[in-house]
Amino acid sequence: MSETLTVPETVILEVFRYRPEVESEPTFDSFEVPFHPEWMILDALNYIKDDLDGSLSYRWACRMGVCGSCGMLANGQPVLTCATYLESLLPGPIRIEPLEGFPVIRDLVGDIGDFMNKLSDVKAWLIRDEEKPVEDGEYLQTPSQLDDYKQYSMCINCMLCYSACPVYRLEPEFIGPAAIALAQRYNLDSRDEGAEERMDVLSQHDGIWGCTLVGECTEVCPKGVDPAGAIQRYKVSATMDYFKSLLMPRSSS
Amino acid sequence: MNPGYRLYYPRWYRKRVPIFWWLHKRSYAVFIARELTSVFVVYAAAVVVALVLTLNKGEPAWEAAMSRLSHPLVITAHVLVLFVILFHTITWLNLAPMAIVVKLGDRKVPPTAVLIGHYGAWFACSVVVAWLLLWR
Ligand code: SF4
Repeated sequence: MSETLTVPETVILEVFRYRPEVESEPTFDSFEVPFHPEWMILDALNYIKDDLDGSLSYRWACRMGVCGSCGMLANGQPVLTCATYLESLLPGPIRIEPLEGFPVIRDLVGDIGDFMNKLSDVKAWLIRDEEKPVEDGEYLQTPSQLDDYKQYSMCINCMLCYSACPVYRLEPEFIGPAAIALAQRYNLDSRDEGAEERMDVLSQHDGIWGCTLVGECTEVCPKGVDPAGAIQRYKVSATMDYFKSLLMPRSSS
Repeated sequence: MNPGYRLYYPRWYRKRVPIFWWLHKRSYAVFIARELTSVFVVYAAAVVVALVLTLNKGEPAWEAAMSRLSHPLVITAHVLVLFVILFHTITWLNLAPMAIVVKLGDRKVPPTAVLIGHYGAWFACSVVVAWLLLWR
C-alpha cells in the first residue's frame, strides 16, 4: 500500500498536435497513460497510439538509442524519448513537443531535409586523393589514430543538438553542430585527405564562424560527441591555417 | 477542413523564436552574460590605449587624465568593470580545453593541463604587468 502512495497509477502527457488538413495552428492534446517505472516516454507514446489515438504521428525505430529518430522535446528539453524514463519527469503533466528548429510536418514529425543536405554539404565521408586498389589491403590505423576521431563518430544524427542551438533556430543557414562534428570526424581520420575541401564550406560565415559557443549542443548530446568542442577545435585549426598561409604563402598548395 | 490545405503538399508549421529566447534557459542566459561582458573588455582596452596616447601629449595632459581617473566615482566604476572582466576571463579560459586538444606523441595532454597552462600564462602576464607598473 505504501508503494502506491509514492508511485502514481497514471501520468498525463500533453502532446503537441498539428494536423494541417484540419487546423492551421498547433494544439495540445492531453492523454492519461498508465505509469510504469520501467517505461520510457516512447513507451507512453506507443501506448497512446495503440490504445487512445491511432492518428498520433511521430518517428521512432530502434528504441535503444542508436537510430536517432525519436528525438523530441520533453518539458522543453531535447531528449531521445526512448532513453528518457517517464519517472524522471514526474509528477507531470509531461509536455511533449517536436524538436525545435525544424518545420513541423505533422504532430511530432519535423522536416529534417535541411540537416540531410548539410551532411552532404560538409562531405561527411572519407575522401582520398587516390584510392588504393583493393588488392593492396586495408588502410591501417593505430589505436591512437582511432582515438583521434572516435568520439565524433558516435553521432547518431538525432539532431537534439540542432534543437538546442539558438544560432540554428535564428539562422537556419548555419551548418550546425552535428554536421560540423561529423566533418571533424573525417578530418581527424588518418585515412582521410579531404580536410581542405571541407574547409572551403566550413570556413564560411554559415560554417564554424556562425557558432557563438553557447555550448548547449554538447549538453544535450546523448552520445557524448561534444559538437561544441569539435567546432572550437575547427576554429583553432582554421586560424592556424590562415596564419600559416600569411607567413608561408608558398607552402600552401 | 483547413481551406489552405492541399493534399500531398506539406504545409509546415514553423515556430517563431521569441526575442527573449535567452531567458528561457539558464545556460542561454549565462552565454548572453558572457557575450555582453565583452563590451567591458573593449572599454578597458580603450582606456589603456587612450592613456598611451595621452603619454605622447606631454605632462599636463597626462596629469589631467590621472586626476580624472582618480575621481572616486571613476574608481568605483572601474572596480566594477574589473569584476565584470574577471567573470569574462574566467568563463572564457574555462572553455579553452574544449578548443585546444594537444597530443604529445601518442598521448593526449589531459584537459586540466591545458587549463592550468592558460591560467599560468594569465598569471605570468599579470605579474609582468604589475612589476612594470608598480615596482619600476
Ligand atoms: S552530435 Fe549528438 S546530439 Fe547532435 S546529432 Fe549527433 S548524437 Fe545527436
